[in-house]
Amino acid sequence: MSRENALVTAAWVEENLDNPQVVLVEVDEDTSAYDRSHIRGAIKLDWTTDLQDQVRRDFVNKAQFEALLSDKGVANDSTVVLYGGNNNWFAAYAYWYFKLYGHQDVKLLDGGRKKWELDARELTDEPVKLDSTSYTAQEQDLSIRAFRDEVVAAIGSHNLVDVRSPDEYAGRLLAPAHLPQEQAQRAGHIPTAASVPWSKAANDDGTFKSNDELKEIYTEAGVDWTKDTIAYCRIGERSSHTWFALQELLGEPNVKNYDGSWTEYGSLVGVPIALGDERGEA
Amino acid sequence: MCGATEGGLSLNGINTDIEAIIQGQVTKGGEPVSTAYVRLLDKTGEFTAEVPVSATGHFRFFAGDGVWTLRTLAPGAEAVDTPVEAAVGSIAEVAIAI
Repeated sequence: MSRENALVTAAWVEENLDNPQVVLVEVDEDTSAYDRSHIRGAIKLDWTTDLQDQVRRDFVNKAQFEALLSDKGVANDSTVVLYGGNNNWFAAYAYWYFKLYGHQDVKLLDGGRKKWELDARELTDEPVKLDSTSYTAQEQDLSIRAFRDEVVAAIGSHNLVDVRSPDEYAGRLLAPAHLPQEQAQRAGHIPTAASVPWSKAANDDGTFKSNDELKEIYTEAGVDWTKDTIAYCRIGERSSHTWFALQELLGEPNVKNYDGSWTEYGSLVGVPIALGDERGEA
Repeated sequence: MCGATEGGLSLNGINTDIEAIIQGQVTKGGEPVSTAYVRLLDKTGEFTAEVPVSATGHFRFFAGDGVWTLRTLAPGAEAVDTPVEAAVGSIAEVAIAI
């Protein structure tokens, strides 16, 4: 994957609003944002109901994903362009999710909904219903998904990248500061993890920084490019943003997103935790 | 809810005793701005969180004790930085004019 294949600009999206090959998909943390307004022709995916199993803490399975995309009108050969609020956190999460299930042609709108709004581009509240399809997904590509045991095993041996804010990393906050802080899990970070907040990869308008800038940011933070990398945050959406920067923009191989992230790790019994601004020992 | 902005965002269900709340409203020419983003920067200037304002220009963060900066982005306007001090158990009200 390369930057040219993975990212499209707002101007490109505007030029392709009537292109039937392109399916625009909005995914937001605030799942009501789409209902208030969206880019013309865009469909909505609700990350809480469409992309999560409603009983177990896990993703929908292959058959459920196939049924979802078929109902939404996404075809196997569609060019899926994802965008959303929060600087594309949940759109990046959906991008990673589409890749997990093997969708070939998926892209992110650079800057997401914020860039679109700051450009004062048109939004509408007109409902969108695409003709249904018969979508076939692949088995999950676990080369891009990390689970808890391999995260624990990675302490001191692989790159662990904590992409939360510095105060969450240090344990001074338990959640992003737009959410209440009352949480069940312990505070802190996985020992040896580098703190590279997702936001370092983005400009103020939500667009990604250049590849040269990205390479410098992660190198300065101590990422060893000869090692495999696991990114994590609180629930796996901000770390999808960083996974996207590392694997899809920089083309780094062997990068995984730990979607269990801190809500899982910080609730595990007996695992090591580091507090404060330093990485901590293995 | 005691301390909440009249006409602002609801604090129902939130234990304000354990939160360091920063909230306020973005206006332009005295009128609420409905399309803007407010980001919370920590004492080093690092991004901590960001929210779109509500239809009435309101926003809210759950921060920690200390000094923070609010950076407001809106279409056709320069970014505006506003310092604010937060403390657990209190609500810091901030009016931002762009």
